[in-house]
Amino acid sequence: MEDVIVRYVSRFILPFVQLYGLYVVLHGHLSPGGGFSGGAVIGASMILYALSFNLAAGSKKLSHDVSSILESSGALIFAGMGLLSILLGGNFLANRAAGIPLGTPGNLFSSGSIAIITFGVGIKVASTMITLFYSLIEEEGHSHDHH
Amino acid sequence: MRKLLVLFFLAVIMVVLVATVIEMPTIGDPANVTNNEVPRRYVEASLEETGALNVIASIITDYRAFDTLGEATVLFVAIAAVLSNLKAH
Repeated sequence: MEDVIVRYVSRFILPFVQLYGLYVVLHGHLSPGGGFSGGAVIGASMILYALSFNLAAGSKKLSHDVSSILESSGALIFAGMGLLSILLGGNFLANRAAGIPLGTPGNLFSSGSIAIITFGVGIKVASTMITLFYSLIEEEGHSHDHH
Repeated sequence: MRKLLVLFFLAVIMVVLVATVIEMPTIGDPANVTNNEVPRRYVEASLEETGALNVIASIITDYRAFDTLGEATVLFVAIAAVLSNLKAH
């Protein structure tokens, strides 16, 4: 849509929306939220950008290849943490039983593999929403421009 | 005729579901069958065993992390199926 007010206002509020989504993802082990809801907020911010401006500007901000790489790396972070627990001597996806340091509760860098798994799930859900939106909105003329 | 058959099956399903919901125990009842040692262990020992203040985050990413891995795989496979279908056009 081409509205001036929508573009002006969304250009103002988009950094705050993304900051809030990042806060929800990173503080998943301290406050309510976690990976799934924070990833949905971040994905919704990119969808808002692509809606208020046009799709070409949105694809320039976060191209198809980058979002595919982000999606795969989110899943790889999750599985990689599980394999790291095996390398450290415990079971698959073990936290304290494998020797990962837990830290003091209440800090940002605490609780071992929980924060890393939450972060991986967050970027995975965000890139899932962005990829779905771009694939469903693209017209026939745009789908050959990104290769 | 077909509509009558559909309505009959829907009525049967509704009777079964309502009968099940009536038999369910009230939420928060101390004599509940689900108040055994598993949620007690989660609530009491999760802070010291995982170090996370959010009990739900420690359940879904530490105690039951394998189920969350399965759900992340479902998300990934759904996106891969959609992308492979739309790239073909």
